[in-house]
Amino acid sequence: MLITNSLATFGRYCLFIRKVFALPDRWGVSGRRTVDEVMKLGVASIPLVLVISIFIGAVIAIQMQLNIASPLIPAYSVGLATRDIVLLEFSNSILCLILAGKVGSNIASEIGTMRVTEQIDALEIMGVNSANYLVLPKIIAFVFFMPVLVILCMGTSLLGGFLVAVFTDIITVTRYVYGLQALFTEWYVWYALIKSLVFAYIIASVASFYGYYVKGGALDVGKASTDGVVSSSILILLFDVLLTKLLLQ
Amino acid sequence: MIEIKDITKSFDDRTVLHGVSAVFETGKTNLIIGQSGSGKTVLMKSLVGLVRPEEGEILFDGRDLLKMTADETKNLRKEIGMLFQGSALFDSETVLGNVMFPLIMFTGMSKDEMLERAHFCISRVNLTGAENKYPSEISGGMQKRVAIARAIALNPKYLFCDEPNSGLDPKTSILIDELLHDITHEYNITTVINTHDMNSVLGIGENIVFINKGYREWVGNMNQIYNTANEALNHFVFATELFQQVRRYVVANGRYDNDTHR
Repeated sequence: MLITNSLATFGRYCLFIRKVFALPDRWGVSGRRTVDEVMKLGVASIPLVLVISIFIGAVIAIQMQLNIASPLIPAYSVGLATRDIVLLEFSNSILCLILAGKVGSNIASEIGTMRVTEQIDALEIMGVNSANYLVLPKIIAFVFFMPVLVILCMGTSLLGGFLVAVFTDIITVTRYVYGLQALFTEWYVWYALIKSLVFAYIIASVASFYGYYVKGGALDVGKASTDGVVSSSILILLFDVLLTKLLLQ
Repeated sequence: MIEIKDITKSFDDRTVLHGVSAVFETGKTNLIIGQSGSGKTVLMKSLVGLVRPEEGEILFDGRDLLKMTADETKNLRKEIGMLFQGSALFDSETVLGNVMFPLIMFTGMSKDEMLERAHFCISRVNLTGAENKYPSEISGGMQKRVAIARAIALNPKYLFCDEPNSGLDPKTSILIDELLHDITHEYNITTVINTHDMNSVLGIGENIVFINKGYREWVGNMNQIYNTANEALNHFVFATELFQQVRRYVVANGRYDNDTHR
C-alpha cells in the first residue's frame, strides 16, 4: 500500500513537473515574476541565514576546541575543522533543511491558499498554464539565488568562529585564521554549491507540488504545508547521502 | 449559444449527472438552479472544462468542448469569463492589476490601451476610485464586481457565474444580479449562472434549468415558474411563506411585474 501510494505520488509529481516546465505564455510576465520571487524567497531569507550562520559558526568553533583539545592535535585544527564542517555540511545540507521550513512552508501555503480560494481555477479557466505561471518562477528564482545564500552562510559561519577567537581565550585569532587556510580543498566549495542547487530545486518543487494539489480548506493548506516540508526534508537527506557518495568519493 | 447533450458524470460509484441536456441562449441570463448536492456545480464545472464528463457533448456555438485539442480548448478559454463563488481575485494584485491580468496575458495591447480598457471595465461595474485597493481592503460585494470587471475585460462570448450572490446581503445581491443582467444584454453574452438564490430566479431568470438529484427536471423562465406542476421545483423555489405569497399573488393576478420585484 505504502509503495503503491508512493509510486502514485511520484507519478503525479512527474506530470506536475511536465506542466511546470512548459514554455511560458508570456516570457516578460514570467521574467518579472521570477525577479519578484528572487526578492520574496531569496533576499528575504538573508537575515535568517546570517543570524543562524553566525551563531552556529561560533558554536562549532567552541565545540571543536572542547572536543579536540589535546597536546597531540595542533591548535589550528579548530579553524580547519570549523571550516570543513561549514563547507561540507552546514552551509548546504543543514542550511537547506532550515530553509525547507521557511521557504517550503511559504510556497506550499501560498499556492495551497490560491487553490482553495479558486484562484488557480480562475487561471486555468482563463487559459493560463497555472503550474507554469505560478511554480516555474519560484523554482528558477530559488535555484538561482541559493548559491548566494550558501556563500553568505559560509562567510558568516566562519566569521562566527572568528568572533569566538576574538572575544574569548579558547583559541587565538592567529591560530584560528591559520586553521581556516590550512589544507584548503577548493572542491569542497563546489561540492557545497552543487548540493545546494539540487536541494533548492527539491524545496521549491516539492513544496509547490503539495500546495498545488490541496483539496479542502484552511486545515488542508496547513497539512499540505507540513507534508511539503517533511517530504522535502527527507529528500534532502536522501540526496545528501547520494551526492556525497558521488561527489566526494 | 451553448448546448449540452446527455451529460453524464460519476465520481467513483456515484453518478452525479444523469444524461443532462439543456440549451443556454445567447443574450439571456441562463440560470442553473437546484438544491445543494443536486449536481449543478458539477454541471457548471463540466461546462467550463474543470470536470470532464464521461458521456455527452458540450457545444459552444457548435464546437464540442470534449472533442477539442489542447490548443482549441486554450483558444476557447479566451472567449470565456468566469465569476467564482468566492470571487477568486488574486490577493497580490490590486483591483486594477486583477482586471488588467487577462489583458496582459492574452492581448498584444500597449500599456496605455490596457489601462484604458481596465478603467472602462472598472467604471462599468461602478468601482471607479477603488483601482489601487487590494482585494482584502474591499467588501464582498465590491470583490464580486471586480471579478465581473475581470471576467468581461476580454469581451467574452460566454460568461459563467458560480453562485454570484453567495455571502452577500439582499440589496447587494440584487445589484449584482442587475449588473449581470445588464452586461449580458449590453454585450450579447451567453451568461450561465449557477444559483439557489430565489431573488435571482424570480428576478433575472430568463432561461432556467432545474437540476434535481442529477437529472434535468424542468426548463422554463421566471414567469413560467409560477405555474409549474413539478413538485420538486415547487418545493425548492417556493419553500418560504414569503415566496408562496408572491406565487399566490401572481397566480391570482395572472401576471407578474418583474420590475416591481426588482
